[in-house]
Amino acid sequence: MKKFSSLLHNLILTPSRNTKIKLLQDYFKILDINRAYALAILSDQLSFQFIKASKLRELVYEQVDQHLFDYSYDYVGDLAETISLIWPTNKEGNSQNLSTLIENIKKIKKSEINTEFSKVLSELSNNERWTLIKICTGGLRIGVSERLVKTALADLYNKSVNEIEEIWHGLVFPYENLFQWLKNETSKPKIDFKKLFHPMMLANPIDEDKDFKRLNAIEFQAEYKWDGIRVQLMVSSKSVSLYSRTGDNISSAFPEIIETTKGDAVIDGELLVGTNFKPSGFNDLQQRLNRKKASKELQKKFPVFIRAYDILFYKGKDLRKLSLVKRRKYLEKFQKENKTNQIDLSFIINFSSWDELTKYKNNFHDDLNEGVMIKLKNSEYLPGRKKGYWYKWKKNPKLVDAILMYAQRGHGKRSSYYSDFTFGIWKESELVPIGKAYSGYTDKELLVLDKFIRNNTINKFGPVREVKKEIILEVAFDDVFPSTRHKSGVAMRFPRIHRIRWDKPVNEVLTISEFKKEFKLS
Amino acid sequence: MDFINHQLFIKDINVHIDPILPKKTAIITHAHADHARFGHDHVIATRQTIDIMKIRYGDKCAKKFTPLRYGQKYSIKNFDFTLYPAGHILGSAQVLIEKNNHRLVITGDYKVGKDETCKNFKLVKCDTLITEATFGLPIFQHPDPKDEIQKLIRSVKINKSNCHIVGAYALGKAQRVMNLLRQQKYNETIYIHGSLEKLCQYYSKEKINIGKFEKVSSKDKSFYEGKIIIAPPSALKDRWSRRFPNPIICMASGWMTVKQRAKQQGIELPLVISDHSDWNELLDTIKKSKAKNILITHGQEDALVYYCKKQNLVSKPLSIQGRSDEEIE
Repeated sequence: MKKFSSLLHNLILTPSRNTKIKLLQDYFKILDINRAYALAILSDQLSFQFIKASKLRELVYEQVDQHLFDYSYDYVGDLAETISLIWPTNKEGNSQNLSTLIENIKKIKKSEINTEFSKVLSELSNNERWTLIKICTGGLRIGVSERLVKTALADLYNKSVNEIEEIWHGLVFPYENLFQWLKNETSKPKIDFKKLFHPMMLANPIDEDKDFKRLNAIEFQAEYKWDGIRVQLMVSSKSVSLYSRTGDNISSAFPEIIETTKGDAVIDGELLVGTNFKPSGFNDLQQRLNRKKASKELQKKFPVFIRAYDILFYKGKDLRKLSLVKRRKYLEKFQKENKTNQIDLSFIINFSSWDELTKYKNNFHDDLNEGVMIKLKNSEYLPGRKKGYWYKWKKNPKLVDAILMYAQRGHGKRSSYYSDFTFGIWKESELVPIGKAYSGYTDKELLVLDKFIRNNTINKFGPVREVKKEIILEVAFDDVFPSTRHKSGVAMRFPRIHRIRWDKPVNEVLTISEFKKEFKLS
Repeated sequence: MDFINHQLFIKDINVHIDPILPKKTAIITHAHADHARFGHDHVIATRQTIDIMKIRYGDKCAKKFTPLRYGQKYSIKNFDFTLYPAGHILGSAQVLIEKNNHRLVITGDYKVGKDETCKNFKLVKCDTLITEATFGLPIFQHPDPKDEIQKLIRSVKINKSNCHIVGAYALGKAQRVMNLLRQQKYNETIYIHGSLEKLCQYYSKEKINIGKFEKVSSKDKSFYEGKIIIAPPSALKDRWSRRFPNPIICMASGWMTVKQRAKQQGIELPLVISDHSDWNELLDTIKKSKAKNILITHGQEDALVYYCKKQNLVSKPLSIQGRSDEEIE
């Protein structure tokens, strides 16, 4: 455990990619079972059912005063680190090794979790405790992507990282076949590709200044970019399953898709809510997300469908090396053979110049698309975010000026800075909050805002500071919906700080009724 | 204790403690820039604090100086002042103010732990305690500085082709790091940023063991391979630090307890070495002082105020203008 926790400690503090790779490789050189655990942890494939953030809080409150913990958590901005530091013991040295520790924790019964897991935490040093909590809650956030871990492994054994990528989703803990192949003791693990989630092909944002000069419009086609969730649908005569972009099986939440789909293929598409293939917005889709099951009532109220973009396999045939245009032919064929009310095809925009495409991007009548995707006509289907094939070109965001009202310290890399901002607009003579944003500003703007907040706090509510109503923020957002949850009656989609409006006085900010009118909410 | 206000100003006799703006009479706890300023008429402080103020601001930085020994009583009308060691940096002091049998102690910045670079903290019993709270959260439990400095020494041994730049405040922390290295038998020359030179010379003159040091000069890059360089934190991000071969950026500070803070500042090797009391030391000092009235300044006051109230002590935060948290040395 000591070794693995110092690996994580060093990884989080090392800015250099090469050093990170070297640290990972030094760890993977150990030949025992611990490296399999490490690989599972670093690729976020290990999780504990009973030990979640809320449970950890419960445990720490048994050890230390709740208020003192809350003050500390507000300051540190990271649950694992706060708990690891505030825990009353700090034992150096004799902890179990990683694999034993994890297996012992897995054996803990739910009814004994409080005493038993607390006992484990008390046996560790601060750094080991931090590591263990990170492992339990998942999502390490140590600046190491899954891709980097694979790269480190590949380089260590002179393999190509794409080879690992390809079989990755077919591998299971403890990865014996992977390690044997890496050491050239066996051949590459055999994976049944048809049944496997395939990492999706992703797009890079287009750089309007550079890319349009560089790229030849006639080599590309475009599609609308829809604001749903990206899914992979796997259909065979035996079963149908639906996967999220990260490879999670989400079939049970969308029975209408599973029950109606026929054929034999792997489809890439966007999951949307709507009837007659007319999407009704992300707000509606949200009612269907993060659920394990969907009641009949919910299915009726928020029916889902898939807008298909691409096809990876057709009747057992791997199409991924074919061009996009050829794959599209297969996709059309699949759709024709298996018509349902749950799958339609993404519309292809043909254009001969970038100017022509601009019109499509901005003037499209339907408010529900986010912009366009620009795809190289002869692109293969490549996993990950490869440069030069697919681009996304988002619509210009909507903008509103609002007054900074409250601020809170951020988490992760922005911890300690007041970086979460709540802003509002007028409702008669009082201000009502319309949203909260924690991104979009430059580092410089953040410093200015942080300083303003520290010097102009007029009230403190726990970790939240109310500030003098002097700063106007231009807030960019993708969309806005009516909401019964918020006092203002509106909820924004993806609000972020566009810039600080030093030039504008606070009394010129919109009222809520003007705002609703401008964005067609009433 | 009504005789002193939240700005640490005693109106009856026109005396300030650590004032930010130029004043008639200023008692200075120690020479860090957020406590010791230029331009007072009359400065009362330890001899070493006065010496350091003169090094930093020039001989004429105040019109008149009154050096006090630790424990020496100084009276203005019916107020008696005595300075006691604060264990923070060379010359640092707590101020005991006595009036009509009421004893009030202003700790200034202090640490309880051992430190060879200054006189160690002396606990002073009192009725009212005005304590700092830089590390006033229970997450701050400073480790043994010897273990921290060993991390640096180990890293130097392993990474022979790198140089280690240690960020440390120019006054106090830099010399403490040098002294800790010497205590752990690191006997090589330590290289320092130019802004540290005069202060290091002063510490040497005061017989503090910081060993052999030399100002960084424009030598060949490879010269600094395997060396330890000490620089103020502001220089770490500056062009200055680019002249060195594969630098490993280190920082000696109590803030380094929190990984996310270290990461934010681009610190690869955090060394938790603090010249302030940690949480337990703050609580211990409050308890042992026997004070019933606790005022808290400088830093994370909220948690400490909450704790004191739970102990049935009268407690409130003092917000001293011009000092916000996390900007102090």
